[in-house]
Amino acid sequence: MPNSRGFFGNYGGRYVPEILLPALDDLNKAFSEVRNDKTFQKEYHGLLQEYVGRETPLTYAGRLTEHFGKARIYLKREDLCHTGAHKINNAIGQVLLARKMGKTRIIAETGAGQHGVATATVCAHFGMSCIIYMGAEDISRQKLNVDRMHLLGAEVRPVKSGAQTLSNAINEAIRDWVSNVDNTFYIIGSAVGPHPYPYMVREFQSVIGRETMDQSLRQEGRLPDHVLACVGGGSNAIGIFYPMLDHQNVMLYGIEAAGEGVKTPRHAATLTGGLPGILHGSLSYLLQTQQGQIAEAHSVSAGLDYPGVGPEHSFLCDSGRVTYASVTDEEAIEGVRLLSSKEGIIPALETAHAIAYLKVLMPTTETSEFVVINCSGRGDKDMETISKFI
Amino acid sequence: MKKLGRLKKLFENRGSEQKIMSLFITAGYPDPGSTVELIRELESSGADIIELGMPFSDPLADGPTIQHASKIALEKGVHLDIIFDMVSEIRDQSDIPIVLMGYINPVLKYGLEAFFLKASRAGVDGIILPDVPPGEFPEVESLCMKHDIAPIFLVAPNTPEERMRMIDKSSRGFVYCVSVTGVTGARDGSEVSQSVGKFIDKVRNNVKNNPILIGFGIRTHQDAMAISRGVDGFIVGSALIDYIRSVSDQEDWIKKTGDFVRKLKYGTS
Ligand SMILES: Cc1ncc(COP(=O)(O)O)c(C=O)c1O
Repeated sequence: MPNSRGFFGNYGGRYVPEILLPALDDLNKAFSEVRNDKTFQKEYHGLLQEYVGRETPLTYAGRLTEHFGKARIYLKREDLCHTGAHKINNAIGQVLLARKMGKTRIIAETGAGQHGVATATVCAHFGMSCIIYMGAEDISRQKLNVDRMHLLGAEVRPVKSGAQTLSNAINEAIRDWVSNVDNTFYIIGSAVGPHPYPYMVREFQSVIGRETMDQSLRQEGRLPDHVLACVGGGSNAIGIFYPMLDHQNVMLYGIEAAGEGVKTPRHAATLTGGLPGILHGSLSYLLQTQQGQIAEAHSVSAGLDYPGVGPEHSFLCDSGRVTYASVTDEEAIEGVRLLSSKEGIIPALETAHAIAYLKVLMPTTETSEFVVINCSGRGDKDMETISKFI
Repeated sequence: MKKLGRLKKLFENRGSEQKIMSLFITAGYPDPGSTVELIRELESSGADIIELGMPFSDPLADGPTIQHASKIALEKGVHLDIIFDMVSEIRDQSDIPIVLMGYINPVLKYGLEAFFLKASRAGVDGIILPDVPPGEFPEVESLCMKHDIAPIFLVAPNTPEERMRMIDKSSRGFVYCVSVTGVTGARDGSEVSQSVGKFIDKVRNNVKNNPILIGFGIRTHQDAMAISRGVDGFIVGSALIDYIRSVSDQEDWIKKTGDFVRKLKYGTS
């Protein structure tokens, strides 16, 4: 739990314009109410089951296991969620909250477009108006998802400032929220932003970790030895990690995007190459210049192309509970190839970062152990980018 | 206590009819070499307070105008040490109160203690950090007190009255009253003034320890007079920067900006 001021250890907080504080107070209050509210939880879990298709399988990856010849490998299949990624677990939770709070206008940012699609989807489901901010660069590399959002009835607003990617889209969404705070609910797509967002997003994504634990017990009779997830803002990772944090025997690995290499200026490995700072309302690790300006991130994967990271990950990094590492664009593409050819599952470029780390992790494992990878999304949206490499 | 004095003196000596005019510019926009001269011109044209913007890459409380000015200033290499030098240079010539305004991350990276020490030595009178509301970063507030730099906080139309009183308690120098819920430069003044009366009454009932300046959306002298009725003065930022942008390729742009500022304050140049 974050403390009452929204801090995980030293990280978190509410560094936002005064205008947003009443909205954050209201949100915090509404969220605390629904956490233990049976009607809300029933509706949320009902939608996860009947609309999203949960629970998602924990799939044994036999040929991938054979390929490495070490621990058994399982995939937590968030790619099989409705809309193709874990993002919808959170979007459903937040849209229900928005409805409960009487907000009529939904805004969101998106990088890879998966959170945008998830938000547009739940808004269509509930007949709510929806505006998605998306960097112009991301619009061109995730075109399929832009078309999906349009079809779902959302307005996609291109953001042309800075690197024209996720971080700039968040700025613009915050500006919209500041300007329309009375009727607008901002559905943040990752475990970032001011308190209570990082905490709330974690709670809505923790269903991934809880299911993984149940399924591991059913299928293997115990909890996994190693759990891997990619980290952009960190929502799929914290979702699978959080329920297992207290189980010290479960090793946890968060894989960031090293872009063209962490020694180059073109990467998005915030916890590897960043320093603590304040962006988008919270104190956390941050890619920044000597002067404290926010550095432009780079990753082939739009969903990881972000100079910040959720504050709870900064805390878990400092405490050493989670090991954070990074893989390059090229390695991620190899990861796509590997999973596609061995298992018949085309992963999202984000997910492929976690897959690619197997070549580092697997040699250190025992055949008696088993590994779970959070397969956070499917790769259809990335086919245009991927095809440039094959 | 000399520096807290500059802001204090200004408001104490204000005539009852006179409105204090605070002007925001981004340090280093349109180019770093002209900022000091520009500030001298603003002062001689009627500015009572200078809010000097510390440019940031991700100014999330700002609209397109100030975003653009920040981007240009950063491209031209502006950083905090340069800004301290600018303030020192002005201090050699003038006693106009100077308030730094910007986002917390560059300040944090500079080192909080070092930042406040240098700012104080340079002759800075106050600081506005839009992403640090009172209560969320206590260390910043105590460093302000330690170094005699007035922490200036904002109240907005949706701020609860109890919180307005808390903001008043935490603030020194003045309280910055944001006339609309929005980013800087968002709406035009005529739209703002219609809804602002009741809000100002509420602010005046709760902010009793500090003078009140109102800003956001003021573009003309008429806007300024209409909106600042009942408070101590007004703040203009985006409209000034838009004007500078429109004349900055002309040789006498600083002088022209002076004319614009006199019109803002007095209705005629
Ligand atoms: C499939 C997929 N995985 C991972 C991410 C990264 O986000 P997070 O770190 O919040 O899980 C995204 C973001 O767009 C995504 O679409």
